[in-house]
Amino acid sequence: MTTSESGFFGRLNWDAFPIAGLIQTPNANEIVANAAAGVVIVGVVAVVGLLTWFRLWGSLWRDWLTSADHKKIGIMYIVFAIVMLARGVLEGVVMRAQQAAGPGDGFLEPEHFAELFSTHGTIMIFFVAVPFVFGVANFLVPLMIGARDVAFPVMNQISLGLTVSAGMMLMVSLVVGEFSTGGWTAYPPYTGAAFNPGVGPDYWIWAIVVSGIGTTLTGINFAVTIYKLRAPGMKFMRLPMYCWTIICSSILIVFAMPPLGVAALLLAADRYLDFHFFTNDLGGNMMNYANLFWLFGHPEVYLLVLPAYGIYSEVFATFSAKRLYGYNSLVIATMSIAVLSFTVWLHHFFTMGQSALINAVFGIATMLIAIPTGVKVYDWMATMFRGRIRFSVPMLYGLAFLMLFVIGGLSGVILANPTVDYQVHNTLFLVAHFHNVLLPGVLFGLLAGYNYWFPKAFGFRLSEFWGRVSVALWTVGFMLTFLPLYFVGLMGMPRRSFSWEDPSFHPYMIVAVVGALVILCALLSVIVQLWVSIRDREKTRVPVGDPWDARTLEWSTPAPPPPYNFAIIPHVTDRDNFAAAKERGNAYPTPDAYEDISVPLNTGIGFILCVLSGIWMFALVWWIWWLAALMTVMMLGSFIAWTFKTETERVIPAEEVRKRHEAWLDLVHKSTPVDRDHETAPENRGLARPDLEAAT
Amino acid sequence: MALSRMSPKGMQVLIAAAVFTVTAQTAGASDSFMDPQGPIAAVQKLHLFRATVLILIAVVPVLVLVPLIAIRYRRRSGSNALYRPKWDFSGRLEFVMWGVPVVIVALLSFYLWKATHRLDPYAARFGETPALNVQVVGLDWKWLFIYPDLGIASVGEFGIPVKQQVAMTLTTDTVMQSFMIPALAGQIYAMPGMTTQLHIVSDAPGTMQGENTQYNGRGFTKQKFQTIAMPTEDFSTWVEKVRTNGIQLDEKTYRILAMRSDRDEVQTALGTAQMPGNALYFTLGDIDLFQSIVHRYHGGEGLQVDQQPGTVEFGQEASQ
Amino acid sequence: MKRAPTHSYPGLNLGRRHASADKASEVVTFGFWVFLMSDLVYFGLMFAIYITMIDAQAGGPGPHELFDLTSIFAQTLILLTSSLTVGLAMLALKYNLPRWRIVFWFCVTLVLGFSFLVLEIHDFMSMAEKGGIPQRSGFLSAFYGLVPLHGLHVAAGCLWLIVLGIQLRVFGLTDLLMSRVVRLALFWHFLDLIWIGIITIVYFGGLTYG
Repeated sequence: MTTSESGFFGRLNWDAFPIAGLIQTPNANEIVANAAAGVVIVGVVAVVGLLTWFRLWGSLWRDWLTSADHKKIGIMYIVFAIVMLARGVLEGVVMRAQQAAGPGDGFLEPEHFAELFSTHGTIMIFFVAVPFVFGVANFLVPLMIGARDVAFPVMNQISLGLTVSAGMMLMVSLVVGEFSTGGWTAYPPYTGAAFNPGVGPDYWIWAIVVSGIGTTLTGINFAVTIYKLRAPGMKFMRLPMYCWTIICSSILIVFAMPPLGVAALLLAADRYLDFHFFTNDLGGNMMNYANLFWLFGHPEVYLLVLPAYGIYSEVFATFSAKRLYGYNSLVIATMSIAVLSFTVWLHHFFTMGQSALINAVFGIATMLIAIPTGVKVYDWMATMFRGRIRFSVPMLYGLAFLMLFVIGGLSGVILANPTVDYQVHNTLFLVAHFHNVLLPGVLFGLLAGYNYWFPKAFGFRLSEFWGRVSVALWTVGFMLTFLPLYFVGLMGMPRRSFSWEDPSFHPYMIVAVVGALVILCALLSVIVQLWVSIRDREKTRVPVGDPWDARTLEWSTPAPPPPYNFAIIPHVTDRDNFAAAKERGNAYPTPDAYEDISVPLNTGIGFILCVLSGIWMFALVWWIWWLAALMTVMMLGSFIAWTFKTETERVIPAEEVRKRHEAWLDLVHKSTPVDRDHETAPENRGLARPDLEAAT
Repeated sequence: MALSRMSPKGMQVLIAAAVFTVTAQTAGASDSFMDPQGPIAAVQKLHLFRATVLILIAVVPVLVLVPLIAIRYRRRSGSNALYRPKWDFSGRLEFVMWGVPVVIVALLSFYLWKATHRLDPYAARFGETPALNVQVVGLDWKWLFIYPDLGIASVGEFGIPVKQQVAMTLTTDTVMQSFMIPALAGQIYAMPGMTTQLHIVSDAPGTMQGENTQYNGRGFTKQKFQTIAMPTEDFSTWVEKVRTNGIQLDEKTYRILAMRSDRDEVQTALGTAQMPGNALYFTLGDIDLFQSIVHRYHGGEGLQVDQQPGTVEFGQEASQ
Repeated sequence: MKRAPTHSYPGLNLGRRHASADKASEVVTFGFWVFLMSDLVYFGLMFAIYITMIDAQAGGPGPHELFDLTSIFAQTLILLTSSLTVGLAMLALKYNLPRWRIVFWFCVTLVLGFSFLVLEIHDFMSMAEKGGIPQRSGFLSAFYGLVPLHGLHVAAGCLWLIVLGIQLRVFGLTDLLMSRVVRLALFWHFLDLIWIGIITIVYFGGLTYG
């Protein structure tokens, strides 16, 4: 069947459903595939059922899906990321189990294993790390810079919609058809129409294109928000470190997402329209793809890790009860990393046969990144130095990060050497390296941020005990799973191997699968922590809003913050403005006057585009042309219709703001301030007692 | 905090255990540059260790100081440690923080520059010349070794003379692959319609595993071969053995060879009683086979899918 | 002819009482610039792909057989004129001229935009007659990946002109629509800029090196 001769349902037929495979050949492989599909279906049914049972559809629609409030959008991003994280971790465990079942062929078919590593990578990067990072950013940035919302609240909602619909394609691919087997990088010609005529690579392409558009819009949004919406007095050098990292990330997105879009769309042109960008014949050249992909791919890892650095910067300062050491250094280092990240993409294919000169230049450029990164690590250590360190959950993540991340840095600089890379490229050494930077670097950072800012978002603290349990499990799980892979990699085991023969790999594989199970427990502990914390929320309420004696503006608002964030936009006079205000004793001033505040009105456009783009992608994947055309027209139509809407904001009257703010100020004045020794006790209602001297 | 104390210890144990196994497994055939069988891999290993030691200068202080700082400056009653909540800058400290990494990276760059040029896979700096020319073709899922000057070819077994330089030109007749014999040298991509080069040399007789490291489908993990380094006389004998026992590699045979089939399947399809159980021997019918493979993709016309090796349409599992 | 009040977004006539609207259009316009930069990267990469593929003609027709400079010259004139007419619409906005002046220049721009598209599509069709279809070679794929991408942008610009014209008619010259006019003008000038790149690199470059 060619693209032009497909029927009403395109190339969709009953064989596309995994149950067909189970009936034909019942084996372990098919059982795993069907179980995965089953989990998706049961999950959807359960969510729909629960929402109906508790009659939450209305509230879900009004308060969440149509909301343009940056805080709610941020929370929705994070929920989505955690759901996808669960799938990604499970896939990781299955892959580790498959390799641990060797020597020999294990229990999965090679193609199934290939789908697993492809979805695992795609999900973890595009649908866990990116939405988690920008979920946190969504929640925090306007609060940190003293703004009422992001620059483009509706565009923000559309970004979320596109990211989620693209992520859903990954879920749909479990139930209908199959996903790509070409890895998260999807190198042609392997993913070209000749070698992979099925729907797999098409699922990958459209998920990447649509989520890429969403991410680009997010990048534009946050760059503009931080440039233009800072509170009066907040000069660039008074920006919280976290906002610096987000602005760098946003710039990276604006310039780095287009190469990914180009790569994926040109691959689509090859597959759908018989173009010859990356084909073997007629002048196609797959080396262009490798360049395009990594022009995106390398900045991508920095746009993920920089915000995590930002979170650590806030965490280390707060829990060391100290100013952040070397702010200027950290700013310079962050900017240098952002710029340098565009100059090193070639190190992902040192082995493509270019000259030694080019390899050496890119190798050295890569090592240069180690300098600002090293400086950052030392700056955080200096922040702890002569502080009063509290081993709260975010800080524990921070300490685990410092110890483990330098190992990842070590292997990173090793990989920057082309001569060594010739040996360890495409081996498990590389896999160990990037997990070593992505887990302790990005994931621990995000979890630290999650524990740190959760009370701000929901008004109660997370369970400290379960937090500690999950830090321990994540750390141990990470070490058991990935440190052995360094050694197997040095011993020459290629990545993406569904089977192996060398008996000396065996012990490492066993340790790694045990580690993977520990990581699974770590994921469960995060869920248990959330459950326990919700159950015990009455004991951990922090309505005043500053449970950690923290330093930046977002802590000067109630927890959870009102829709307008700040009753009165603060005037910023200091880098750690809230800490300085607390020291001066006017952290909670009574405003002279209140004014009307406009906040973005609810709109359904994000949700509509989410659904329409989802159907559009599905139609393209399955060659249902009429449906794809219809969806294109509908997406355009609904967007144009939206531009005819003139009312985009609603006004909260000054009187309402006054009532609400005064009620909170009342609460502030009635609450008893607590010192840091009672941080985790129920009497911590979010009002901090300055005890700088008490601790000395 | 217990955690931060535990992590380095746990790591040390792991590293010790791993170093032990890595060195202990050198007895058998070498599959890794940790047990180099030639000068190139040996220099790569040396470079790895040198880089590691240099980087550790920057890393060890972190591993040591983080727990120390965390313990010394932890919040506790009666702490006598200094507390400087406003201290956020020190010129001298900045100098060290930026200076040490700069010096280390400068040193590393110096070695990197030298090593990268010295170990350029395209350069022929090691081994005795004249070099033995070998053309390598990646297929799904096996490597074909063509010895154009000797008129032979093989699959699954890659015979080379000891100490002599082996100059390889690589391409594939399917998707991109990556060729590597870890014990001898690093990897290089093989891409359709294009050629890349790799030079290897072995020190002593021995058997080393070679592989493809770029995932390319069902038979990926079986795309291995044995590299047999032999003294010159033994190599000549091996060449004779291949020549006498080999079948002719004509168009028809090549078509079967190029189909989607792993090592075992292609052995069943083409193996004869005279060949070893895990290798195929050929004599070259068409001496320009390699060139014709590269040129397959440079004709002025598009390639029909059934003319593209590695596709389902071209044929698979050697069943016609 | 009135002068624009001071302290307002350049090129926009927001009244003295429009401080917040003024700030809003500053933010939105800046955001649009950032978007254009991102879009520019798309085009930059497509130019790079085209340059690397200029030799990948695979025995198919090349620039000398396919490119018709007369038509390109006509397209260039049309597009540059349309940039002028969008500029005139902007001036009408800046100097508070009657609304119909803006709409008039919009209509002229729209006609020019459509003529450009018609000529471009005609070019593609005559190329196809000579065997110059994207399926023929890497070079032609790169050509058809780049030039129609610009054409698609022009088409999107035309759609925007129509929608904005209708909105001006329905809502009058509100603050929001004024800032949309500014952005549309930016977009249109951006397309011209890309077109200059296309004639230089795709057509002249193609004829010189292809």
